[in-house]
Amino acid sequence: MKKIATGNKAVAEAVKQAWPRVVAAYPITPQTEIVETIADYVTSGQMKSRYIPVESEHSAMAACIGASITGVRTFTATSAHGLLYMHEMTNWAAGARLPIVMVNVNRSLGPGWNIWAEHTDAMQERDTGWLQVYVSTVQEAYDTTLMAFRIAEHNDVLLPVMVNLDGFSLSHIMQPLDTVEPGDFIPPIHLPHAIDTKNPTGYGGLTMPDQHFLFRWDIERSMRDAGRVIAATEKDFARRFGRSYGPTENYRCEDADVILIAMGTFGKEAEVAIDILRKEGIKAGSMRLRWFRPFPKLDLAGKEVVVIDRDYSFGYGGIVAGEIKAKNHCEVYSVIAGLGGQEVTYDDMAEFVRTRRMGGEFWFGVTGNV
Amino acid sequence: MFCQELVIIAEIPKEEYIEKCTSACAGCSSSLTLRYVLKAAGHDSVLVVPACCTSVIQGAYPNTAMNVPVYNVAFASAAACASGMSEAFLEMGKKTHVIVYAGDGGTLDIGIQSMSGAFERGTDFLYICYDNEAYGNTGMQRSGATPLGAKTTTTPTGKTVEKKDIDAIVAAHHLEYMATACSAYPQDIYKKVTKALTFRGPTFIHILAPCPPGWRYPTEKTIEMGKLAVKSGMWVLYEREHGKLTISAPSKAAMKKPLPLEDYLAPQGRFKGIDAKSLEILKQHLAANLKKLTAEEAQP
Repeated sequence: MKKIATGNKAVAEAVKQAWPRVVAAYPITPQTEIVETIADYVTSGQMKSRYIPVESEHSAMAACIGASITGVRTFTATSAHGLLYMHEMTNWAAGARLPIVMVNVNRSLGPGWNIWAEHTDAMQERDTGWLQVYVSTVQEAYDTTLMAFRIAEHNDVLLPVMVNLDGFSLSHIMQPLDTVEPGDFIPPIHLPHAIDTKNPTGYGGLTMPDQHFLFRWDIERSMRDAGRVIAATEKDFARRFGRSYGPTENYRCEDADVILIAMGTFGKEAEVAIDILRKEGIKAGSMRLRWFRPFPKLDLAGKEVVVIDRDYSFGYGGIVAGEIKAKNHCEVYSVIAGLGGQEVTYDDMAEFVRTRRMGGEFWFGVTGNV
Repeated sequence: MFCQELVIIAEIPKEEYIEKCTSACAGCSSSLTLRYVLKAAGHDSVLVVPACCTSVIQGAYPNTAMNVPVYNVAFASAAACASGMSEAFLEMGKKTHVIVYAGDGGTLDIGIQSMSGAFERGTDFLYICYDNEAYGNTGMQRSGATPLGAKTTTTPTGKTVEKKDIDAIVAAHHLEYMATACSAYPQDIYKKVTKALTFRGPTFIHILAPCPPGWRYPTEKTIEMGKLAVKSGMWVLYEREHGKLTISAPSKAAMKKPLPLEDYLAPQGRFKGIDAKSLEILKQHLAANLKKLTAEEAQP
């Protein structure tokens, strides 16, 4: 069904259709509209689920963990400080192999208080064992949220999935949305280690040095398998509903000498910059990185790569640029732009490519920066 | 009363939900407490355990000493985790008991927020705080439950502030049922847990659990120490059902002629050399607490 929706409303719609039996959430700007909409669905009977209005994000994730281990589908949504406040429990969720789906509306971190888009919040969850995907349109937010449940709950994965959408620049903008009837696209959840009082066992107790690393390796093994499950899920989604996605969205990359890489809404905006550059005779293409964990294999050998990071690791560099450098044989020009909702236009992006200094780092908007 | 006790002993199921050979310290009263908690709860129960002595007592992976599912969670999160579990069981139409079994640190300190939230939301679960009055699992550091004057590894000359009144805080949530208990009175524990589990919504039991290495008394005196706590009036057993307070039989008997507080403090190394001023404050507060509870019980 075609309609107009915000990114947040699109997420809520997908969640309603995926029908998690337990939703536990705490409000935070700019995620609030998601949990308000779900609370309304539950109260009005459109979604027969238990909505737990927890007193903190730490408890939101803890409640999802408690619900998930009984074998039911669970969902939460958060942003920025909320995500960081639940950090202890995000590690627990992945370690406990619980297929919780969470939407994180990317926002910067204080101080000072800034509610606008930035990716540093989710980047700080990079090593927790969560799958991470970054979306760029309202339609993609909806489609990816639906797929996230199937991917997380696949028995070769059984890891939580975080769907990231940019605060305000996607969460609050209106775009066309074509909803689907998921039918059996998301199979019923079957958690092999669900609590069973007839077969009592211990969960997450004392684990000695000769066992603990095996659990960690098991997460990594599933993370590697997740790439295959994601591909199969996206393929089936395309077959059923006609929209295809992949680990990256490539635009005019085939014959490109220089590739512009970004995540989220910037990744989509980059396509306009590429058209401008092509008109000028610059053989440029863009690659929007969608899946960040598991980190995809990219075909960048011999290319010049300009990476826009909407995040930063102080004392190191742009996080995405660092990851691309570590995994690929290519030269990288690292641009730090869009922190705290800083305005970055497609013209700016085209200029990043034109003025690239391979191997260098550039902080957009910082006076005297070299 | 004697007959009543016998009836309860006869009632207590023979089934054991904790196997022998746990990793508990010799003379551990919290594992004794848990034994009776689980006898009352039965097999269709899940324990949610935050970081505490019980995290270790249950045994190391892949072994478990427990015959009910035990879900271990991070320190601050037990009640929130239990919230999710309880709601999921309700959603599935299951009547499984969800029981948080948390220490005093996990309840009075780091876990107080999630506990308060779960109570306020009316979560259907039983929260049990077993209180050994310090962070026992990490080697006896002071907690909000450590009494005035008690020495711990982080209060080497004795704690200079008083124990937090968690029961008053819990009472402010107006639960339908809350109670105190003590490991030295297993029939009382059994009775109270059984009753708590008949209520829908949140219930709370605060159980004093003396700790031989932490309190520095010989392991064989663990029951005696609990009895002395009650008989001196330092620990009062009661239940508050629909807001109505009833002082439990052992405390009622003790309150007729309480033992001197020194009888309870003297055998414990942690109170050795307690200064006169702290002792006086403890005595004053003990008397004030008994008076307050007696007055509350007398209310119609």
